[in-house]
Amino acid sequence: MIVTAAIQCRDLRKTYDGKVEAVRGLSLEIQPGECFGLLGPNGAGKTTTIEILEGLLQPTSGEVSIFGYNWRENERQMREWLGISLQETRLSEKLTVRETIHLFASFYREPRSSDEVLEELQLTEKADSWVGKLSGGQRQRLAVATALVCNPKILFLDEPTTGLDPQSRRQLWDIIRGFQRNGGTILLTTHYMDEAEKLCDRLAIVDHGQIIAEGSPSDLIERLGGHHVVEFAVGGSDGAELQAWQALPGVESVRESDGLFSLHVKEAHLTIPALLDAIRKQGKALQHLTTRQASLEDVFVRLTGRHLREE
Amino acid sequence: MSTTQEVANMKEAPHKPAEHNGRWAGYWHLLGARMRELQREPEVVFWVFVFPLLLAAGLGIAFREKPHDASSIAVVDGAREAANLLQRSPQHDSFKVQTLDEEAAKQGFRLGKYDLVIEPAGDGGFQYRYDPARPESVLARSEADNAIQTASGRKDVVATTTVTSSEPGSRYIDFLIPGLLGMNLMNSGMWGIGFALVDMRQRKLLKRFVGTPMRRGDFLLALLSSRLVLMLIEIGLLLTLGVLAFHMKVLGSLFAILLWGCVGALAFGGIGLLTASRAQKIESVSGLMNLVMMPMWIFSGVFFSYERFPAIIQPAIKALPLTALNDALRASILQGTPIWQQWQRLLVLGLWGGVSFLLALKWFRWT
Repeated sequence: MIVTAAIQCRDLRKTYDGKVEAVRGLSLEIQPGECFGLLGPNGAGKTTTIEILEGLLQPTSGEVSIFGYNWRENERQMREWLGISLQETRLSEKLTVRETIHLFASFYREPRSSDEVLEELQLTEKADSWVGKLSGGQRQRLAVATALVCNPKILFLDEPTTGLDPQSRRQLWDIIRGFQRNGGTILLTTHYMDEAEKLCDRLAIVDHGQIIAEGSPSDLIERLGGHHVVEFAVGGSDGAELQAWQALPGVESVRESDGLFSLHVKEAHLTIPALLDAIRKQGKALQHLTTRQASLEDVFVRLTGRHLREE
Repeated sequence: MSTTQEVANMKEAPHKPAEHNGRWAGYWHLLGARMRELQREPEVVFWVFVFPLLLAAGLGIAFREKPHDASSIAVVDGAREAANLLQRSPQHDSFKVQTLDEEAAKQGFRLGKYDLVIEPAGDGGFQYRYDPARPESVLARSEADNAIQTASGRKDVVATTTVTSSEPGSRYIDFLIPGLLGMNLMNSGMWGIGFALVDMRQRKLLKRFVGTPMRRGDFLLALLSSRLVLMLIEIGLLLTLGVLAFHMKVLGSLFAILLWGCVGALAFGGIGLLTASRAQKIESVSGLMNLVMMPMWIFSGVFFSYERFPAIIQPAIKALPLTALNDALRASILQGTPIWQQWQRLLVLGLWGGVSFLLALKWFRWT
């Protein structure tokens, strides 16, 4: 039996005003029950992509299907399945939390109980407060609550934790995991690599409107980041030693920025002694040395030469 | 990888539905939410309800019917006899006379302190200096001349008598209240719909709403309905003020007045919708709305009759929706003219509202 993908799109393109190419040929397939992340810097085209998938934006070209249905013919039916949290929605400040949830629930044929959702998102205490009085984290939870109250099969979250404090972020992560445990499918965008790493089963790294890498977080790190990163600085460096470092055992790639070298290595215990030897032979002094686990940030840097959160 | 088992599960939503919403659940919740929001917004309560009342009360008091002020007349020293004649005339109560030199008299007249200057004329008669553009000056000239002639012994040829009449219905406040009602329906229709929509668009709330199965027509309907509810309150308050405080006589049926209120609220709701159909920012829609409303504030006979404008632009003035609404409200309230005798006005309002609404639906931008 052929598995119907929860979300599928082929060769999506979106050009604004005939010139700005926000999305340039993007294809995805997300399976039911998966938590899938679009990771990329600001302006990479993540929001445009997710809004096309949500049926809120018309693609310039390309196909989208949700559980095998397309937006042109089945919009009303498909809307019943989707819970959406946009990047930036300011809900009416003069309504209470409960009134807001009731309002959104009223749009769906078979919504969940509002009280249950409030309980789940830890908003019960705030149920009768005006939205205008909520903290940033509470507002974001309310935004997710308006998506969950419809009892969705797929949850779309655009930058769900941007601007939140660490505790609020973890709270939201728990909520997202809970939804997935109950069998829900999630598509989220983020520019936080730790968020992508912790939450997502699979990721697509997006840059300039295209997917430049796709896979599970650990798979991506293994394939593209090296397992470990060794960072060091040497005195009297003239920046021309890259070749020498590249030749060390177990080194997959070398980068240099501001006098700091980063080696992406498979096995640090082989590389580090050789590195120390090489520095001694060159008659230079080691000024700084750290090693750490490779992260998605390293994958991104490796792929694009830029940092995720570069301004 | 997912198995077929998991896919089968996914066709079921994760939770059991708590309730089943009927066809109109969304509409009623949208209307309820809108009304609650309005009620919790003190500015709305002020501008929609209190402000028109204050305006009506203020203008009603300022222009209340009162006996005509005594005319203020300057008599130049050389025409002292005129002052004596005025004092001796039967109408001497209607004049405040001052005798002074020519320079001071002319200066005072220029500044509007005197309505009329009486100067000596060569042959022992008098010369009236007056300004034909100032009604009070014209009146003073004619009254003073009448008084001087009578006091000098003129005999009237035809016997005439007078009675006074200032019945409710012909006073300024009677003219004003229907006009304010019309203007208020325009203002709150345009702002209540247009401003609210652009605000929601700017806040991305419209986009969030269309991300749900909400029926878009229901949303607009709820917005218009909220206007109708406010309209009922607005009309009730202003008419009550007119009747209680100014003893206005409402000749038309309440039903007819409310019907005109509905037509007006919907027509301006449509125009508001069109004005706000594409604007992304509050600032741009504010300018646009003032542009749309400005001609009607001036031409549509809110504070004074549009008959004052040249005849050549009268047809254009009558084609404005606020003119039609004001005329219809005045005719219904003050004269009790039935609706079917005012079908042209209904047509004007219907066309404005209907065409605007259709264009708005075509151009409306939800995101």
